[in-house]
Amino acid sequence: MSEILTLTRIPLDDYAELLGAGEIEELRALAKPLRGRGIEMINSTAVGGGVAEILTRLVPLAEELDLNIKWDVMTGGQDFFDVTKSFHNALHGAPYHASPRDFEIFLAYTKRNCATLPLDSEFVVIHDPQPCGLIDARPSGANHWVWRCHIDLSHPNRTVWDFLEKFVSRYEGAMFSSPEFSRQLAIPQYLFYPAIDPLSEKNRPLDQEFTADVLSRYQIDPHRVILTQISRFDRLKDPVGVIRAYRIVKRYFDCQLVLAGGSASDDPEGAVVLKEVLREAQSDPDIKVLELPAWAPLEVNALQRASTVVIQKSLREGFGLTVSEALWKKKPVVASAVGGIPIQIIHKHTGLLSHSIEGTAYQIRFLLSHPEIAAKLGEQGHQHVKENFLITQKLKRYLTLFLTLARNS
Amino acid sequence: MNVAETPFEFFTVSYLTRIGNLSAGTIAELLTGLENCSDASIFHHTFQTLGSHHFLTEGFSNDFAQWVLADANRNDLAEQLAALDIRDYVSIAALRRDLCRVVGDYGTGYPHFAAQSALERFYFCESTEVTVPLGRSAQTLEEFRDGIAHLSHAAFYFHFISSRLRLQLRTNDFSHWLADGLGLPSLADSVNHIDIYTNTLDSSRSKLLRLLDREQRKA
Repeated sequence: MSEILTLTRIPLDDYAELLGAGEIEELRALAKPLRGRGIEMINSTAVGGGVAEILTRLVPLAEELDLNIKWDVMTGGQDFFDVTKSFHNALHGAPYHASPRDFEIFLAYTKRNCATLPLDSEFVVIHDPQPCGLIDARPSGANHWVWRCHIDLSHPNRTVWDFLEKFVSRYEGAMFSSPEFSRQLAIPQYLFYPAIDPLSEKNRPLDQEFTADVLSRYQIDPHRVILTQISRFDRLKDPVGVIRAYRIVKRYFDCQLVLAGGSASDDPEGAVVLKEVLREAQSDPDIKVLELPAWAPLEVNALQRASTVVIQKSLREGFGLTVSEALWKKKPVVASAVGGIPIQIIHKHTGLLSHSIEGTAYQIRFLLSHPEIAAKLGEQGHQHVKENFLITQKLKRYLTLFLTLARNS
Repeated sequence: MNVAETPFEFFTVSYLTRIGNLSAGTIAELLTGLENCSDASIFHHTFQTLGSHHFLTEGFSNDFAQWVLADANRNDLAEQLAALDIRDYVSIAALRRDLCRVVGDYGTGYPHFAAQSALERFYFCESTEVTVPLGRSAQTLEEFRDGIAHLSHAAFYFHFISSRLRLQLRTNDFSHWLADGLGLPSLADSVNHIDIYTNTLDSSRSKLLRLLDREQRKA
C-alpha cells in the first residue's frame, strides 16, 4: 500500500504579496484547463530529502488551483533501498558492480508497487530512479507519464544506466535540473529547475531580533564582516578550501567566517571532515564551525540574512539550492562554477563565479571593497530567483508541461 | 472617450524549456549549432531569455553573447552579438542569418580563438510556448491601463516583446492596438520606443503607464 500523506494547506494568495497579484492570476489561468484532471506524483520517501521537501509544498499549492493532485510513495524493504542507494551512487559515477540479484530485487518491488499504487491519473510524474520501473503499469489510453530526474546523469555507471534506460525510454518525456545533467535520449527532455519556497522557515522574512539572537548564541559579531558557507561537512563542499580563502581575505579585511552544516554525529564521513575542518581552523576565534541540529531552518535563515558575503565553494555540486536561498535574501554570493551553480550565478550579474581558492578570495575581496556592486548583485540575484527558482515558478512549469502534453496528444 | 470596436484581449504565456541535442565547446562549434539548431532554439536564446532575464539592464542581451563573454572570454565578439537588437527582426530566419554572420566573420578573422575551448559548454535549448487568455479585455484607454497594471511579467513580455514575431511587424501588441483600435498613432509610437534592453519589465511597464496617464489627462 502506498502511504497516505496529509499535507498542510498553503493559501496561494499568501504569495501574492511577495510576487504580485498578476503572477497568481496567471497561475490560475494556466490551471483552468486542467481543473478536475488527475495528476499523480510518485517518489520513494514521504519525509527527508529534497524531493519530499518540494512535494510537501508543491502538492498543497496545486490543490489551491483546484487541481486533482495526489502524491503517492512507493514502498520497499531495506533490501530495495540498499539497491537503489547503490544505483543512486553509481549514477553519480561511483564505482559499483551490480549483481543480477540487485536487478531482481529492483524488479520484484517494482512489480509489487505496480499492483498496489493507483497509477490511474491522466498525468503521472515519477520522481527519480527508484520508482522509474512503474512505467510497466502504465495503462493504455489517454494518459501521460513523465520522469523527473533530480540527479546528475552526466557520468553514470554504464551497467546501471543501461538497465534503467529501458524504462526511461518508455516515458513521454524526462525532466532534468540542468542540460549538463541530461543524457542523449530519444524522448523529449525538459529543463526543470529545483526551487525554494519563499514562505518556508528557511526563507521567510525574520524579525531582526531573532537574527540578533542567533548571532549572539553563536558568538558572532554583527558589526564585523561575516562570510558564511552553509553546507554539510563533506569534502565535495570544500570547507577546508573555504577556510584557506578566508585566510587570504583576512589579510586585507577584518572578518569572521561561519561554516554551518548539519550535525556530523550520525555521518561517519562527515565526522572525519569536521575534524579536518577544526584542525584547519586552528582555534581561530573568528572561525565559527557550527554543527546545527538536523533541519534548523530558522537558524540557517538567520545566518544567511546576517552574512556580508555568502560562499558556496563546492568542488562538485548538484544544483546547489543554498545559492538560491542566499540570493533570495539579496546576499552577494561567491560560488564555484560547478553543477547547477552557473545557472543561478550569472557571472557579474547575479553573483561572482570562481574556480580556485585564490579566485574565491579575490572575488570576496572585490565585493568587500565595492559594497555598492555587492548590493546590486544581491538585488539582481533576488530578481533572478524570483523569475526562475521559486516554488510558484516550478508549479507554473508543471502546468505548462501538462498543457503541452495534453495539446500534443 | 474613444471606444475600440475590437477589444484588446489580455493573454499570458508560459514556456517549457526543451533541452536540445546540440552543444558547443568552442566558438566554431557555436557557429555550427547556430546553423543547425531549430527556430525555437534561436527564439529561446534571444527573445525568451530577454524576458526571463529582464532584470539585467546592463550588459546582458542574449544567451549567445553571455556565453561568449563569460565562458569563451571573447569580449569583442560578445559585444557584437549583444548589439543585435531583436526589435530589428520580425523573423527568426533573419535573426539567425545575422547571428551566423557575426560569429562566422569572427571565426574567419580569428581562427585560433574560434578553436579555443570555453570554460563551460553552451547547451542549445528551445522554448515550447503555451498561451492562455486571462479572461480580461479592454475597449477604452482606462480599461487598457487597468489591464496592463495588473499583468504578470510573462503576460507583459508576451504582449510587449514576443509579439513582434507574431505580428511580423516592428511593433508590439500594445502599440498595434493603440494605433489601430483607439486611433492613437502618436501614443502607439511613443510606447514602441520604450527601450526593452535598458529597462526591466517593471520599469517598461511604469513608463508605459505614465504615457497612458498623460494621454488620459489630455483627453
